[in-house]
Amino acid sequence: MGDPPVPAIRVEDITVAYRENPVLWDVDLEVPPGVLMAIVGPNGAGKTTLLKSILGLVRPAAGRVFIKGEPLSRQRRLIGYVPQRSSVDWDFPTTALDVVMMGRYSELGWFRRPGRRERELAMQALERVGMTDFANRQISQLSGGQQQRVFLARALVQDSEIYFLDEPFAGVDVTTEKAIVAILKELRDRGRTLLVVHHDLSTLAEYFDWVLLLNVRAIAAGPVATTATPELLAMTYGGRSAYLMNQGGAEH
Amino acid sequence: MNVELSILLTAVSVAIGCSLVGTLLVLRRMSLISDAISHSVLLGIVLAFLATRDLNSPWLLLGAAAVGVLTVVLIQLLLGTRRLREDSAIGLVFPLLFSIGVILITRMAGDVHLDSDAVLLGELGFVWMDTASLLGMELPRSFLLSSAVLLANLLFVVLCYKELKLSIFDAGLAASLGFSPLLLHYLLVSLVSVTAVASFDAVGSILMVALMIAPPAAAWLLSRSLAQMLGWSALLASLSAVGGYYLAVRIDSNIAGCIAASCGICFLLCWLLAPERGLISRWLQQAEQRLLFPAQMLAVHIANHEGRPEEPVECHSGNIAEHMHWQQQFADEVVAYARQHRMLREQEGILRLTEEGRGIAEKLMLHG
Amino acid sequence: MDALGSLLSDFTVRTVMLGCALLGFTAGALGVFALLRRQSLLGDAISHAALPGVAIAFLLSGSRDPLVLVLGALASGWLGTLLVSAITRSTRLREDSALGIVLSVFFGIGLVILVIVNRLPTAGKAGLSTFLFGNASTMLTRDVWTICLLGLACLCCLALFWKEFKLISFDPQFAASTGLPERMLDTTLTTLIVLAIVIGLQAVGVVLMSALVVAPAAAARQFSDKLLNVVLLGGLFGALSGIGGAMLSASVEKLPTGPVIVVLASVLTLLAILLAPHRGLLPDWLRHLASRRRIETRRILQALYRLVESDPDPFRPHDPNALQAVGLKAARSTLAVMVDLGWVEYSGERGWVRLTAEGWEEARRSIGGELPA
Repeated sequence: MGDPPVPAIRVEDITVAYRENPVLWDVDLEVPPGVLMAIVGPNGAGKTTLLKSILGLVRPAAGRVFIKGEPLSRQRRLIGYVPQRSSVDWDFPTTALDVVMMGRYSELGWFRRPGRRERELAMQALERVGMTDFANRQISQLSGGQQQRVFLARALVQDSEIYFLDEPFAGVDVTTEKAIVAILKELRDRGRTLLVVHHDLSTLAEYFDWVLLLNVRAIAAGPVATTATPELLAMTYGGRSAYLMNQGGAEH
Repeated sequence: MNVELSILLTAVSVAIGCSLVGTLLVLRRMSLISDAISHSVLLGIVLAFLATRDLNSPWLLLGAAAVGVLTVVLIQLLLGTRRLREDSAIGLVFPLLFSIGVILITRMAGDVHLDSDAVLLGELGFVWMDTASLLGMELPRSFLLSSAVLLANLLFVVLCYKELKLSIFDAGLAASLGFSPLLLHYLLVSLVSVTAVASFDAVGSILMVALMIAPPAAAWLLSRSLAQMLGWSALLASLSAVGGYYLAVRIDSNIAGCIAASCGICFLLCWLLAPERGLISRWLQQAEQRLLFPAQMLAVHIANHEGRPEEPVECHSGNIAEHMHWQQQFADEVVAYARQHRMLREQEGILRLTEEGRGIAEKLMLHG
Repeated sequence: MDALGSLLSDFTVRTVMLGCALLGFTAGALGVFALLRRQSLLGDAISHAALPGVAIAFLLSGSRDPLVLVLGALASGWLGTLLVSAITRSTRLREDSALGIVLSVFFGIGLVILVIVNRLPTAGKAGLSTFLFGNASTMLTRDVWTICLLGLACLCCLALFWKEFKLISFDPQFAASTGLPERMLDTTLTTLIVLAIVIGLQAVGVVLMSALVVAPAAAARQFSDKLLNVVLLGGLFGALSGIGGAMLSASVEKLPTGPVIVVLASVLTLLAILLAPHRGLLPDWLRHLASRRRIETRRILQALYRLVESDPDPFRPHDPNALQAVGLKAARSTLAVMVDLGWVEYSGERGWVRLTAEGWEEARRSIGGELPA
């Protein structure tokens, strides 16, 4: 057996506190490259906080993060991010195409304007999410599902190796959900790593191959089949999980 | 009645009146409504004056206050169009009304005893010149007016105490119990408007905002209940008024400006010194707990890796700094603190939890 | 018009107008960012908070050198902004209260100092109301140069960091995730907004300058969904209000500049909210009416068709009141629209109507998909 591959994401002993109240306690996590991994856990479990602290948006009280074996600051170019849809003001005066082009800004660097090449890449990304016809729509005129597709397109145009998605299925229609899953799986098949905050246990096994069960602490992490067991889910959700699994995602 | 006493009495009654309604504004996140109303009542005063031609008419008070209420209605209307957000709606409405007021005053300057500087400065220094008699006493008219308003505000707070408390702390419950939040809202807005008109002569529009917001804000850092907060803000407002007056005498400057400045000083002191919530006591707490939280983190960390194959690495005392991403010196301090408090002990370089430490870690992990 | 002509040919007036136009443009353009970042009321606090800085700069330098006053205003405006964020971060107080405290207390301190300054023999004719309500006519050439210099610097900075400012205003978290120095850009943008406010203080005054940041931006937002257009329009509206206000107050006696500029800008905004082509209330309402009428004509057409469906003569006239039987009230105006469309014509003197061939065809087509009743 050769050396195990360098994990795409390695989180060591991360603790995050808001005003001295810990929201994450000493979380360890290793995400192997090329997996589609979900973070699940009850509300307030710290799922979004974990994502944000990996991305360096929240400063942890302790612990550290490696992206492909290196600190985040050296690997920014490898990551793509889809924040929660509700985190921005959709009445902002801009078009879908413009939002997608924002994914190229860091590549462009200071002082350079997006040009024809950025526009082409953005149009390609919009095509992949089936939004070509809406390229010039003002973003508030898009439905929730369409807005989520635009956000995904912006991450696609970043052309990253590791993607972070925060609740990409929240408040979207079924068609969009299936479309997004198809794209995520396609990315994984092309060797990308994806870490997704997910809410719906009933679709967990169908959509994802790896899972992190989180409730302030990391309860367990690994392949869905061996990790999302009734016992571990019960530990994570405190007894409600069996109900959630059977009810087909009652949290929706 | 002598000059000093008339000024002080007026200043204190204005201050208390403002602070009572101000407390409710601060708690209901409507602080800047006081800014809006205190500006727009100027237009009301000018228009009501043009209609009544009498600065002492009670109609002037009501008419001007009506414009204050109208401001809030206009803001709501603009919000209702969903073309603007609240901050922009407020920032659009009151400057417009105020500007019209200032233009009218400037145009009439000379004919009327009203001028645009006084609008912002107030004329607290001159209240003793305009008196009226009540019960055989010659009292400044401004004092009589502001005490009447103070009484009205006090009555409102006392009579609606229960409803106000509910509407502040649990608006949903208040509505379901049948207290109309809208009625209460507009009652409050009306009182703020009346207070603004009555205080206008004395302190001018912007300094009124200082009296309405700063003492209640300071009081909030000191209090645990609505009643306490009302009491504190009335006290702090009166102190600021008296302190401001003497400051003004001392440096020979504008009284209202000095009152606003002393409101600021008062707030600053409370912000720094308030027990529990003040900056200083929070710094002290943090200094005390500087090592406690990290030690707890360390305990949880060890509990997580205890008895697992990675234990010799993760829990080795030499590796703590690296794994927790702490400075070596800080890590040493934390380990020393934790050992001193008997949360852990060292065995052949490996940190292990004591019974006590394990208890702490388990409790923390359980409750998050 | 002659008065206007002579006003425009006057060098001083032209200079003042240039200054007002540029400060209006800067405030309007940067105001768009304040609007989008929900900082409209922060502008209010900043402009009031600038007063002690102006007063102290005046006291220390003993001159009305515009650059010194602007620096003083900038410093205390900045201090005010810092205090607002320090208060909200370290106490349970919310932003509205923090803004209220900073605004009123700073203003009070500023007034106290100004009153003292005004008594000094060196004060000259500093005039309180100039600081409070602005007076464009006191602007000298060097004031205008200062405004031009600082205004252009602001706008250049905005142009240079355009895409970064756009990104942090829309989605700061995403911006930070790509490694942009989000905090630093945020601070820079806020500083530019403070600067835009500060350079307008002399013409518009501390009390009302914030309105020139809010109103043109709010008006511009109604006209476009593209950030660049909104910013340019905001600048244009700001400049127009600035010029208009300066002209009016220069040509009419006893008309303070600041309030006039604010009234112009606010009226512009209210008109924009009412009338702007896409987002305006009136066009919105008209579109709503038109679509209701379209639905109504459809329904009446179909109802008329059903009346004659089994009739050998499909063009037999009917009493429009008969439509009431199917729950429809055929308003005269709606019928008139249908006559205009050529779907229906009046027949006889009793006001009865009948379908035209075209109308019959149209009705059949629109019912098309439905099964016969």
